[in-house]
Amino acid sequence: MQSRLPILIFALLMAAIPFVPGMPPFWIVLLDNIGLTALVAMGLVLLTGVGGLTSFGQAAFVGFGAYTTAVLSTAYGMSPWLTLPLSLLVSGLLAVLLGLVTVRLSGHYLPLGTLAWGLGLFYLFSKLEFLGRNDGISAIPPLSIGSFKMLSPGSIYYAIWVAVIVSALLTMNLLDSRTGRAIRALRRGHVAAEAFGVHTPRAKMLVFIHAAVLAGLSGWLYAHLQRAVNPTPFGAQAGIEYLFIAVVGGAGYVWGGVLGAALVVVLKEVLQSYLPLILPGSGQVETIVFGIMLVALLQLAPGGVWPWLMSFLPERTRGKKPDTSLKLAQRARSAGQSGVLLQVEKARKQFGGVVAVNSVSFDVQAREIVALIGPNGAGKSTTFNLITGVLSATSGSISVLGNKVDKAPPQEIVKLGISRTFQHVKLVPDMTVLENVAIGAHLRGHSGPISSMLRLDRADEAKLLAEAARQIERVGLGEQMHQFAGALSLGQQRIVEIARALCVDPMLLLLDEPAAGLRHMEKQRLATLLRELRDGGMSVLLVEHDMGFVMNLADRIVVLDFGTKIAEGTPATIKTNPEVIKAYLGVAA
Amino acid sequence: MNTTIMLFLLQDGITNGAIYALLGLALVLVFAVTRVILIPQGEFVTYGALTYASLAAGQMPGTAKLALALGIGAFAFDLFAARKALHGRLVLRSVLTNVVLPAIVLALTVHYAAQKPPVAVCIALSLVIVAMIGLFLYRIAFQPLAHTSVLVLLIASVGVHLALQGLGLLFFGAEGQRGPAVLSGSFTAGALRFTGQSITVYGITIAFIVGLWLFFGLTLYGKALRATAVNRLGARLVGIRTTLSGQIAFLLASVIGALSGIMIVPITTLYYDSGFLIGLKGFVAAIIGGLVSYPLTAVAALFVGIVEAFSSFYASNYKEVIVFMLLIPVLLLRSLAAPAVEEEKD
Repeated sequence: MQSRLPILIFALLMAAIPFVPGMPPFWIVLLDNIGLTALVAMGLVLLTGVGGLTSFGQAAFVGFGAYTTAVLSTAYGMSPWLTLPLSLLVSGLLAVLLGLVTVRLSGHYLPLGTLAWGLGLFYLFSKLEFLGRNDGISAIPPLSIGSFKMLSPGSIYYAIWVAVIVSALLTMNLLDSRTGRAIRALRRGHVAAEAFGVHTPRAKMLVFIHAAVLAGLSGWLYAHLQRAVNPTPFGAQAGIEYLFIAVVGGAGYVWGGVLGAALVVVLKEVLQSYLPLILPGSGQVETIVFGIMLVALLQLAPGGVWPWLMSFLPERTRGKKPDTSLKLAQRARSAGQSGVLLQVEKARKQFGGVVAVNSVSFDVQAREIVALIGPNGAGKSTTFNLITGVLSATSGSISVLGNKVDKAPPQEIVKLGISRTFQHVKLVPDMTVLENVAIGAHLRGHSGPISSMLRLDRADEAKLLAEAARQIERVGLGEQMHQFAGALSLGQQRIVEIARALCVDPMLLLLDEPAAGLRHMEKQRLATLLRELRDGGMSVLLVEHDMGFVMNLADRIVVLDFGTKIAEGTPATIKTNPEVIKAYLGVAA
Repeated sequence: MNTTIMLFLLQDGITNGAIYALLGLALVLVFAVTRVILIPQGEFVTYGALTYASLAAGQMPGTAKLALALGIGAFAFDLFAARKALHGRLVLRSVLTNVVLPAIVLALTVHYAAQKPPVAVCIALSLVIVAMIGLFLYRIAFQPLAHTSVLVLLIASVGVHLALQGLGLLFFGAEGQRGPAVLSGSFTAGALRFTGQSITVYGITIAFIVGLWLFFGLTLYGKALRATAVNRLGARLVGIRTTLSGQIAFLLASVIGALSGIMIVPITTLYYDSGFLIGLKGFVAAIIGGLVSYPLTAVAALFVGIVEAFSSFYASNYKEVIVFMLLIPVLLLRSLAAPAVEEEKD
């Protein structure tokens, strides 16, 4: 966890600025604007940079916040402090409504959808009678504490920057938590996160609301700073501008949002005031230069300015090892459990005309290692996807401990104690190994977003991290715990996936080609680990191409070819089975 | 409802829709090949239209100078990129396309602008100027970013849009302009009057749709472009130059944009910043077409045009609200219909 010290220094510095003698009042106005912009950009960092949801529509939420307080404090004479929660509520509720439509949009439809409603809402602001049409609303009362009215830019300065710093802290707390890990996993696709019980639509909705509320807060402050609102600052141009502020600053970093806001606001101001001196002539020269500088900046630092600056700092100290003495509650297991754990009966999966899995039946007993083998395209990974609920079977049934789970989504399957790894590694490369593995324990923690923001989740969080650390050490990657997952070799990444799956406290572990990319010694260690797990009461179903590894490890082998089961039995019988030899070698040897 | 009014609205909608269709096609093309969401498409429209109108009015358009300036920039980028292996032929080719060509066009423009040239010359010059701007823009702004994410490309696209719009004000002023009709004359059929201009619009739109279809279906370059769209790396491995694909896409997009502008400037007054909104409506159509399908985009564009015409008649205040909000249900349907496959993102 990053130290709070730099933030404290920053806060003190910001608090001291107005007291600097000879500080031009105009600079304070600029800082006010930077703060307002930074709030929106920070929301976008979470939404776009971290969550992978690109939005052009944030300006509309600023508008909701600003118009809510404008209408309530002028037409109904409410105190601005009372309208604050209402502004945030209106932004949040409308985010829920728009989010219901928007977050379901996939791929490129999402940014375009937000652009569409951003534009639509802008025209709506400028046409509605009670919002004052194009003229907007004026004579909004200033913020006041007792008889002290925040009329000048210097007096509302503190309100704005307290909001910025508090929001930044809350946002960073959120990211560094159970919910935060779920959010950070979103950008890499939903399959892996869902396999560990994350409700991805809910997580997306959460970041969407968070970003909207921050934008609403900015709007509320804006209305009381300007004491007038009109539709112009809430249009599509502004929405686009907020997004590029986040990208310029560094879309993955909370402070990147603040830095981006500072850069862009100052740059625009400098261009507007000094360019006409250098290049006298008609209008908009600053827009031209601004556009060109934007493109140039992206070409020089496509990741944004913040990470580029950070790369000059000495590497941060490694996080400390979690206290592994803390224990999570374990799944209730009947002692000496026996019998059928997983039963696949006549499972069939068709993709159009292709039958990927054709009436396959097999079972996995308690305390057993079963291997699923077959040539490429035999339907092994599809079978895994059917069992874990990623795909639903065209016909046939799958049951766990006697209960049918055919139509259950992945989040329900994992609750039953079935966890998996993926053939193509699905880790979040810019999260540490520890954080990646902790996603596996998602369902074993309980803290929600609010308690995470307020740091009330620490006890719960410590247990989750302890469990993750324990599993990482169990698979032998203790040394790499604080490295980014993307920095590991492919073989090690596969092992990290196993640790993540173990964090579920599973009864059945599904491993998709776990030994691919491992060296000989590593394979032996993996085999030892899997035997230990079995002896400890766990069952393992694995897909693997390394025959030596499979034959030495598995208790039973199921062979698929072209989606059909062609053999089942102990390694010894499979080795001599003519059907199997034919499937692998083409002819009966 | 009055049938005559309805027919008029329908006709109006189809004419606008045809323009949106062209723009939508260009956007789909550029996005598919380069992953750039081309917000400056609107500027290609205004540049084409206003260059044409200026030339026809006997004024010198600033865009010709911009083309030369961008060309010199592109040449500098080429030199810098090839600094480790500077071959004579490479430099020569770059000089010819990036410096000599726009210089010749600039000379021609200066020559013709003084003497109010015929419509055909105005069209030809405007098209060539805007086409060069499109091509050089790709070289300068987007080619160095080709490997980055869609988001970064999008922001760069916004930057280019801002710069071009600012330059548009500088070149053409804040006043709106109209140009002479490309094809004069008209005829009436029943209650409807068809002008030569609207017939031109229909004809060119249809020609482009058929042309693009043939280009992508039958030619090697068309297939190379499609291959680039599906998989950049794969395309490069089989020897397709992805930068060439990007250049072709931008060239086509800028020509289509300029042509659309030339076709509408005789019908409506265009300002330096009109392009953004026109482009966005082409965008709406492109999105309805899913950013992949040309025929669907064309149909959607006609639909957008008609909805716009009707809403401007019945609820003119909410015209834009209706057009843009139209997208939401469409997007939702598209998303739900899309197969739930995992997108591999990097």
